[in-house]
Amino acid sequence: MFNWISQVVSVTRFSILSLPQRKGSSAAALLGIAGVVAVMVGVLSIAQGVLKTMQSSAGDNNAIVLRSGADSEMMSGLGGDDARIIAEAPGIARDASGAIASPELFVIINMPMQSTGTDANVPLRGVQASAMTVRESFKLIEGRMFEWGLNEVIVGKGARDQFAGLSVGSSIEVGQEKWPVVGVFEADGGLSESEIWVDAAVLQPAYRRGNSYQAVYAKLNTRESFDEFKDSLTSDPRLNVKVMRESEYYDSQSTTVYNLITGLGTIIAIIMGLGAVFGALNTMYTAVSSRTREIATLRALGFRSGPVVISVVSESLLLAFVGGLIGAALAWLAFDGYRAATLNWASFSAITFAFDVNIKLLAQGIIFAMLIGLVGGLFPAIRAARQPVAQALREL
Amino acid sequence: MKYFYLIFSSLKRKKLRTGLTILSIMVAFILFGYLTAIRQAFDAGVEVAGADRLIVRHKVSLIQLLPQSYEAKIERIDGVDNATHSTWFGGVYQEPKNFFAQMPIVPEELFDMYPEFVISDEHKAAWLETRSGVLVGRGLMDRFDWKLGDRIPINATIWGKKDGGRTWEFDLVAVYDGAEKGTDTSQFFIRYDFFDETRANGQGLVGWYTVRISDPERAAEVAAAIDAEFANSAQETKAEPEGAFIQGFANQIGNIGFIIMSIMSAVFFTILLVAGNTMAYTVRERTNELAVLKAIGFTDRGVLGLVLGESLALTLVGGVLGLGLAWLLVSMGDPTDGSFPVFYLPTYDLFLGLVLIVAMAFIAGIVPALQAQKLQIADALRR
Repeated sequence: MFNWISQVVSVTRFSILSLPQRKGSSAAALLGIAGVVAVMVGVLSIAQGVLKTMQSSAGDNNAIVLRSGADSEMMSGLGGDDARIIAEAPGIARDASGAIASPELFVIINMPMQSTGTDANVPLRGVQASAMTVRESFKLIEGRMFEWGLNEVIVGKGARDQFAGLSVGSSIEVGQEKWPVVGVFEADGGLSESEIWVDAAVLQPAYRRGNSYQAVYAKLNTRESFDEFKDSLTSDPRLNVKVMRESEYYDSQSTTVYNLITGLGTIIAIIMGLGAVFGALNTMYTAVSSRTREIATLRALGFRSGPVVISVVSESLLLAFVGGLIGAALAWLAFDGYRAATLNWASFSAITFAFDVNIKLLAQGIIFAMLIGLVGGLFPAIRAARQPVAQALREL
Repeated sequence: MKYFYLIFSSLKRKKLRTGLTILSIMVAFILFGYLTAIRQAFDAGVEVAGADRLIVRHKVSLIQLLPQSYEAKIERIDGVDNATHSTWFGGVYQEPKNFFAQMPIVPEELFDMYPEFVISDEHKAAWLETRSGVLVGRGLMDRFDWKLGDRIPINATIWGKKDGGRTWEFDLVAVYDGAEKGTDTSQFFIRYDFFDETRANGQGLVGWYTVRISDPERAAEVAAAIDAEFANSAQETKAEPEGAFIQGFANQIGNIGFIIMSIMSAVFFTILLVAGNTMAYTVRERTNELAVLKAIGFTDRGVLGLVLGESLALTLVGGVLGLGLAWLLVSMGDPTDGSFPVFYLPTYDLFLGLVLIVAMAFIAGIVPALQAQKLQIADALRR
């Protein structure tokens, strides 16, 4: 046994030390694998970014109330009376100013995108003071809060960066009126950073919404209060609503985009990976064939075929590992934190997000690279081990 | 002829390597074809958009409605041929993931405005006779296995009914086909008169107008005239060519073209490395043979051509196989199960693929070919 292991070590060392002699083809395989991993991690980081934005939007103990049958705020509608009834439901946390329930209006406004100059459906949210208490992460980072009752707006950090004309001091046109931008806020990377906020009482007449809202966000006492809150609202004959935890709601909002990108990304990665396998096979077959005599000599000296197979496979795995590492690093450098905007189909409005290259993706990328290396090394290794010694020694 | 034979026999020399190289090139072109189809799906409509059509919508946002009375006003503007309105119905068929566009529209206006929708006279008549009837695209009908005469329930998310219900039932009475490959056949058209009298609120309000102009050259001018007509009114408009409107919409999803270009570059760069490396190897291994060829009278240029020819043969076989497979894969249907309105490989891109094949063969082969050309017979034979 010990003999076997020492054989493995010495043959492997031999083959890895001779790598520099095969610089060209080894580098080609290595860069090929790096390319595959970079593309795979890069594409999947888009989906991760969208998911992260949605997940950081959700407060742990928060719930959202929509009209029953509505899948997003955009489609929902609740009267002013409904909003009042909802705020009285059991389970809602209270502070000095009363129940922490925030009735909100959600519409869109056309603003040009910085990148292309074409219009995007930027979300415009009408809020009351409770909107900031429901969203614990809300923080003004520039300028000031808008005055209640005035035609003033504050904008999310993401919206300011992705859409034109949203910096403090500029103003947005709503019909005949100009609403100045007076402040910028952040919300822990959540969805509201893509939005423009204004006093709900100002937005209602501007969009002819009377005294109506689209959703009520509520902070609950504890996570367990949810069932009590939900049951009381859904059994109330005056209401026709649907109650969800914020986490569930945001998950459902990102499903379409997430599945689309992940699906396409996976198909692309698999096809590219296949290409890289052929490249790796080519490299390793070449490596084996250029060492035919060498390997045959080793075997003539008494080295067994097991160690030979392992040495070839480990060379290939080493190449794949380094390639995967390079690819993952490239993807991380190029994409992590890169900000972009896309359309959230569920609410028909723009969301801004940052590409998210996380540890899980990097690990996935490197594992995928090693798989390519394994497949690419195994067949050439078997071939090397099976060559008849006498014949191989005679070869050029 | 002798060159063909020589190229063929040198490719046969290491069958395994030749095979693997061809396979990796094939993979690159499968991806090329597939990604092209995806880009095409996202850009769907931009290319087939009518150059003579404008879209007029509410200036503030697409969700705000315009009065139906604008139609007559728009039609009076100089340079306007016809105007018709559509509205976003936004209903759900069974479950949200079965997304497709539903729009109330005036049937006669649709027949006139969209010549790319091919509808038989019988179907036209049937739709005109049935108030709750709908006209659906062939693609959509196939997606859900609907048949003529089916009753299709749609749950309204925006438009409640006067009776308080939210489930609308429509009768499938007419089908349209696309006149071109790129025509969107995933739409579902409802009769506007039925919609307007059944909806609980919003009577007389419509989503946007499609306007046909008599001279596409004057599109910008007519668009400006339309916007000027409604300037300073309660509902100001934004008019733009249909292509620009669709492009703007695609831009919102993201810069798909750029992402796909980046992926393609990475793929081609990778494959170029693999193919170039193989070519370099074959030349290095055959230094002796090439020198012999030169010694028996092949010119330097002849040897250069030989190596380039080998490179071309490799990429051509791999590339054409790849494009063919991509075509097969794409015609098997779209990967999102119906979310793309169109999914096909445009002929233009097939030609682009062929050009890329030749370019790739040249780039991968040129360095080894030049090496082969420069070989000194005496030196090379001694190696």
